[in-house]
Amino acid sequence: MQADVAVIGGGPAGLAAALEAAEHADDVVLLERDGELGGILPQCIHHGFGNFIFGERWTGPEYAQHYVDRVHASIIDVLTDTMVLDIAADKTITAVTPHRGVFTVKAKAIVLAMGCRERTRSQIRLPGPRPAGIYTAGTAQRLINIEGTMPGSRAVILGSGDVGLIMARRLTWEGATVEGVYEIMPHPGGLTRNVVQCLHDHDIPLHLGHTVTDIHGTRRVEAVTVARVDEDMQPIPGTERNIPCDTLILAVGLIPENELSRDAGISLDPATGGPAVDQHMETTQPGIYACGNVVHVHDVVDDVTIAAQTAGHHAARAAGDPQPGHAAPVQPGRNVSYVVPQRVTAADTDVRFYLRVQRERRNAAVMVHGDGDLLHEQRERVVRPPEMVTLTVPAEKLQHVKNINVEVHDG
Amino acid sequence: MDNIICIECPLGCDISVEQHDGDLFITGNACPRGERYARQEATDPRRVLTTTVFIQGATHPMLPVKSARPLPKERVDECLQTLATVSVTAPVQCGDVICSDICGTGIDIVATRTMEAQ
Repeated sequence: MQADVAVIGGGPAGLAAALEAAEHADDVVLLERDGELGGILPQCIHHGFGNFIFGERWTGPEYAQHYVDRVHASIIDVLTDTMVLDIAADKTITAVTPHRGVFTVKAKAIVLAMGCRERTRSQIRLPGPRPAGIYTAGTAQRLINIEGTMPGSRAVILGSGDVGLIMARRLTWEGATVEGVYEIMPHPGGLTRNVVQCLHDHDIPLHLGHTVTDIHGTRRVEAVTVARVDEDMQPIPGTERNIPCDTLILAVGLIPENELSRDAGISLDPATGGPAVDQHMETTQPGIYACGNVVHVHDVVDDVTIAAQTAGHHAARAAGDPQPGHAAPVQPGRNVSYVVPQRVTAADTDVRFYLRVQRERRNAAVMVHGDGDLLHEQRERVVRPPEMVTLTVPAEKLQHVKNINVEVHDG
Repeated sequence: MDNIICIECPLGCDISVEQHDGDLFITGNACPRGERYARQEATDPRRVLTTTVFIQGATHPMLPVKSARPLPKERVDECLQTLATVSVTAPVQCGDVICSDICGTGIDIVATRTMEAQ
């Protein structure tokens, strides 16, 4: 088959990108490997989604439903149960489905919206035996909220990102005991809102500066060993203690899922783990765009939707008329771990930058320099590594700039 | 005296609320949103309840639901117990009332997604 725009992935990024592309292109196809659209949102049954775009605190399923209904009412050709196997340089997609076997889609433009995956036990090098009862937080969430199965009755949670905190409350509400949340960093990974409403409300202890060092049990988890860590995050001998439990939940981070991007010859940014993009969300392969958690892991879905609309819009435009141009690289400077976009091409519209800081600071100044001159400054009352900073720089300030630097200063 | 961590923004102010002769004295907040939050939390704490109920005849066995408005915090456990026994039949539309006036709170429990009959 052929398409003006092919979108890979039917989560929030793919849904918004396809809808926006369909405003400007005739043939838009959306390929999703699951049996239904929505990505991770249908299992995120807690509320707080859409505050920025809609001024609502929807649940994940409601946020997904809003876009899924619009996709089904549109011209978009939706292919579920469809796994993309390969993207060739000429933008031919090879995919497989149970219904029609292997087939190809020749696209004029492609939007990558594959999202991210959870880090697993092996990625944090957690030693010990391999009994049943060890789950990533997202798997436990799917078991409880979609499949109606409890993963266990007495849990320890490693990692205090939002997913770990949300699962602490969810397990408690479904009748399990959560022995505690253990966080290797000296500060919580998730939002204050979730620390308060998920842990404090239910008297679940949060142990900062701790990690799990061993797992016990042969058929089923029987206990885990936890220990305090030093400044280099190494376990301190003598601080170990055993926590009896039947379940260990790992909420230890997310990684953009980019096997397809890498095979397509797209350059990835080592700092984000995702494709390096310009402000139109175009990757280093002309005509291939990317958006959402495949580019970098977002805190809130609203930002995913906004970036996806940009990607969908420009993918539809590129399908008719490719727009190559000079690109100014964007460098992360002082106290910045990464910035997206990684380059700015001829700036025709205002550019929205997303960045993460390395260290928490109060009363910080986010500064954008172009060729050494200060172009834009934004004050923040507080910046923290878990919370993405966004700023919009007017188009006219970015014209004719050859190098862009973004840094965060104190005071 | 109550100590409340503000959840309105990433600052996370430590707010203390003291009561003298029926008046609330709120200190430690950096902005008016913090005062509003602390007053609500100290006098009438509320939470949105989100959980699942059983559904028959749909692709999945569980239907996600929420309280249409925040419930009094101390009633959340009781509402969860009630909802654990609820079962509905597909089709269900997003927004349909699944359980009206849950536990006499005057607040409805509504479906948060559409599930077609299979």
